[in-house]
Order: sequence, then C-alpha cells, then structure tokens
Amino acid sequence: MLNKIVLFFERPEVGKRVKQLFVLSLALLLVLEIFVEKHPYFPWAGTYSFYAVYGFFACAVIIAFSKIIGRFWLQRGEDYYD
Amino acid sequence: MINFVPPAAIFIAGAALIPFLKGRLRQAFLVLLPCLAFINLLNMGEGVSWVFGFLDYQLVFARVDKLSMVFGYIFVIMAFAGAVYSLHEKDSMQLVAAFLYAGSSLGVVFAGDFFTLFIFWEIMAFASVCLVCARNTDAARKASFRYILVHLFGGLLLLAGIVMHVSATNSIEFKFLGLGGTAEILILLGFALNAAIPPLSAWLTDAYPESTVIGTVFLSAFTTKTAVYTLARGFPGAEILIWAGIVMVLYGIVFAILENDMRRVLSYSIINQVGFMVVGIGIGTAMSINGAASHAFAHILYKALLMMSAGAVLLMTGRSKCTELGGLYKTMPLTLIFCVVGAASISAFPLTGGFVTKSMISSAAGYGQMTVIWLLLTLASAGVFLHAGIKFPYFVFFAKDSGLRPKEPPANMLAAMAFVAFLCIFIGVFPGYLYAILPYPVDYVPYTGDHILSQMQLLMFSALAFFLLLGYLKRTETITLDTDWFYRKGAAALVSLAGRPLAAASDAASQFMVERLPAFLVWFGKNPLAALRIAYGTVLLAASGGKYARRHLEREKEAFPADNIRMWSISSAVSMVALFIFALLAVFYF
Repeated sequence: MLNKIVLFFERPEVGKRVKQLFVLSLALLLVLEIFVEKHPYFPWAGTYSFYAVYGFFACAVIIAFSKIIGRFWLQRGEDYYD
Repeated sequence: MINFVPPAAIFIAGAALIPFLKGRLRQAFLVLLPCLAFINLLNMGEGVSWVFGFLDYQLVFARVDKLSMVFGYIFVIMAFAGAVYSLHEKDSMQLVAAFLYAGSSLGVVFAGDFFTLFIFWEIMAFASVCLVCARNTDAARKASFRYILVHLFGGLLLLAGIVMHVSATNSIEFKFLGLGGTAEILILLGFALNAAIPPLSAWLTDAYPESTVIGTVFLSAFTTKTAVYTLARGFPGAEILIWAGIVMVLYGIVFAILENDMRRVLSYSIINQVGFMVVGIGIGTAMSINGAASHAFAHILYKALLMMSAGAVLLMTGRSKCTELGGLYKTMPLTLIFCVVGAASISAFPLTGGFVTKSMISSAAGYGQMTVIWLLLTLASAGVFLHAGIKFPYFVFFAKDSGLRPKEPPANMLAAMAFVAFLCIFIGVFPGYLYAILPYPVDYVPYTGDHILSQMQLLMFSALAFFLLLGYLKRTETITLDTDWFYRKGAAALVSLAGRPLAAASDAASQFMVERLPAFLVWFGKNPLAALRIAYGTVLLAASGGKYARRHLEREKEAFPADNIRMWSISSAVSMVALFIFALLAVFYF
C-alpha cells in the first residue's frame, strides 16, 4: 500500500498540485488572520501578518548570514584536521 | 517504610547483568528492565530517602520532588525506547554502556547532595565515551579521546566548585545556589559544559555523530538534559543564562545550516533546543521553568526520534552525509513518516509535543516584556524549522535521487520510532498529562486561535523562504570549524612549537649520555692517574701558558695510556672510594 502512495506522489501532476496546495495554505493563513481574536505580548506584534513577514525574513537573514560566514570563515575541506 | 529503590540502582545493576544474557532472554531483559524502573518510579513518594552517612555528611540517593520526577519519567521512557531500538544489537558492550549511562543520569537527577551528584556525573562521562568509541573507527576513537578529556576538564571545574562551596557553607546539600561567588561560578561552568553552552560545546557535535547507530540515540537524550536539570535546580533566574541560551539557539541554527553530516546537523540542533531550555531557566519564572522542564521532556522524545531515523538511514545505507543521500523516500517511507513526525515536533507544529512546550518559554519572555529576547526566540523558532524541520528530511529523503535503494530498518527499530512518534503526538494533543507533572502548577492554554495561527504563519512562511532560497542551501562537502579548533589545531601547534627545542635538547642529551660520556669514561678508565695529570696539565697550560708546560702536556698525551700503571696503596684507594661515596651522598642530599 505504501508503495502505491509513494508512486502516487511521484506523478508530476501530483507534485504540481502539492505546490499549489502549499501556496493556497499560505494565502489561507493570511486570510484567516482577519477572523482571529489576537492578544499579542507587544502591541506591534499584533500588526497584520507580523508572523508571516517576520518568519520569512528571519529565515532569509539566517540563510544569508550562515552562507557568508560559512563561505569566508568556517567551512573547510573534509580533510582539514587530517 | 520505603517501597522503592533509586532508579539508578535498577539500571546500573541491570547493566552488570547484560553480558551474561544471550538471545531472546537478553532482549526480554532489555525491554522489561525499563518497565520495572517505571513501575518503581510510580511508587516514589515525594521526600528525601536512601540517606547514608559518609564522614560528617549525609549522602542522599533519592531526593524526590516534582522537578526531579519530570526528568525521572522521561529518562526512563527514553531508556525503554532506546532499548527497543537496540534489540537487534549484538555488541553487549554498547548495551552495557547505554544502561550504565541511563542509570547514572537518573542518579544525577535524584541525587540530593553534591558528592552523589559528582560520582554519577563522572560515571555518566565514562559510560557515554564508551558509546562513542564503540563505533570502533579511527575517527570515533579520536573523537572519544577528545570527548573524555573535555568532560574530565568539566568534571574538574565542577569538583573544584563543589569543594570550595562545601568548605564555605559546610553543607553538601544540592539546592538553589545562585551566582554568589567563585565556587558557584565554577559549578555553573561545570554544568554549562555538559549543557553544551558555547564555547564549551564543541565536544557534543564533535563526538555524537561519530558514535554508533544506537549510541547517538542514547547520547542525544541524557548528558545535556541532566545539565538542564542541574541548572534548573541550582541557577534558576540567573540572568546570564538567558543570554547564554540565546547564543546557543542562534549558534545551533547557523552551524546546522552549514553542516553536511546529517547526524551532526541534528547534534547542532540539540544545542539549539537546549538553548531554549537554558533561556527558560534564566528567566526563572514559574512559567519559564515549567517551559524548560516540559521542553526537555518533549525534546528528548523528538530528538530521539530524529536520531533514530538518521540511525536507520545510516544502518541501511552506511552513509551519513547529505551530499551522498537523497531520494530515500522511495524505499524507506515508514522511516520518512516517523522522521517527519519528529521534524514537525521539533518545529513546534500544532498537535505535536514541541508546540505545547516551547511556546511556554517564549510566552514567559513575552509576559516579562523582554522584547529582544522574545524577538530572537521567535526568529530561532523559524530557524529550527529551517534546519531541522525541513533541511534534514528534505536532503536525506528527497532532494536528488542518490540511486540508493535501502530497505526499511529492522522491525524493532521501526517499533521504537512508532512508540516515540506516538508519544510526540500524544503530548501535543493531550498536553494536560505532561502539564500535570511539571514543577509548578500550570496556568497556560497552548491552543488558542491566535497562537495556532501565528505559529502556522511563522512556520509556513519559513518554508516558503527555504524553497525560494534552496539554491543557497545546497550541501557542500565541507566540515565546519567550531571551538574544538582551539584544541585540535592548538594541540598540534603546541606539539610542533614545543617539539623543535625539546627534540634538539633530547638529541643533545642522548648524544652526550650514549656516546660522549661513555667514550670519556672508557678513556679515563684506561689510566685514571695519567688522565688526571693530563687534566692538571691542561688547566695549568690554560692558566699560565709557556712552552715547557705545552711540551709536557703533549708528552703526557702521547704516552697515554702508558702501561706502567702504578700500584696504589690500599689507604689511598680507600680514601678515593670514600671521597666518591661522599660525593654521591652530597648529590642525593641536595
């Protein structure tokens, strides 16, 4: 049975559908926010789509920062200590 | 009347029996022993028992209160899951080490005094290093050597702190310490080393990924979490821990993103997750301590689950680098499902363990109006999803097709993963059971519309960032420099730096002792009297010069070793010997 599920997800049109679902869920999360009663810890944390924007840019900053210090400082060849 | 034994005793005695059992009997024993320990745990009423007098002090082997019980429960559950995961293992040394390790961790948790704590602390270091070197590769042996040296150093910091603390307070009871003086700072450093607070953290990511398949599963659970317990007991509310925790959280993410080895990625994520707990301890309110304890509970489960799935991949493929893996979902779908449950749980998706525990820590920061801390914790929550939640499953099970077609791991490993995955979700769906055993009464509702939605937004848009920036996240065949650089390169530099002068000195010394001194003694022994005359002549020549003295000396040298050795009188021989013995005595005296 598991094999069938795996094969199902390997079909290209299903992969496309999964992507669409992902984008749809992002939109849905933004829409739902209008209907939810908020009680933020800080006033500014209650602004619309704060978590979405913060999450996105937090990750972008983390990736950029890691990449830069990895490239220029921390990453070495695998035989570095040998 | 005491109707329980200290849980440490059950595991340590059990560990001693393992080598004598074989086959099915051993498997039954491995599973039943943690069950026995769990029943024993249920009988443990609060209070202090198993007290023994030692010199003028009281050793306490069972200090039972709510804080120690949370860790007691999860350690025993973890030992059970780990035992099921290891049922196929034939190497009894690993199983003995694993049970000794679990037992000594329980010993630390229930120890009521510093002496007992310290003894179990050191057994823990010893048992865990056995798990690392059990892999029996060159890399594992070297890593375990570094591991034990670092832990012995940490143990010495702790011991120095304990000795100073005990001599100052005249009490060995382990209770709230606070950062009063040098003794407490040393104890804190000893704990911090085991909690892997940078820069005292490289031992973890150096050694854990080199351990065996089952070894890493056990290692991921105990050492750092006993340290979390001791920090929560001794230093709640110590503000420095907030910042130490923030450093851990961010450092763990950055390094996990850079790393290629899947188990090293997960090891960095241990540091990241323990960072959340350390922040919680540093904040020190009832809610944040509850958060730290419950997060330790949930973390042990999902981290074990992730390490188990990584171990399954390692066992079946023999590889652990992300660059060499990929596309495993085709033939290991069950492992993938368990891995995703662990990944969702560490990312704190609603309905998983992480959601109901980690949020307590950030909420505590929020209620305390700690703006920067809260912002960084939230940033880190997004980062966790990035490195452990998506990166690990994505690069191992999807990404590219590595061409590997491994089978699912043995049934016992799948069963262990299923058990832990069930617990991860159970805690997430019914948090009340976990909240009921926390150190302080819980007044916290995790499931509000606001909380669920904000967390989902945070995570889903992090996922969006991951997929948009996927090009920058491609794995490279590199290692990442960490603070172990200082002792790995430092030791080599020290050796080469100190080596040259030392080698030159040793060469000169050996040349003198082996060649020149014996040659001189042989020459001298041929005719000591003539030799002394030559020496006298040389000194005289140097002092006064003169043709006659030079000619005389040359003649003496030519004649050496003249055959006509004069007979010495007995008395002069005896006085020579006496002089020699006196000189020898003088040398020894001074």
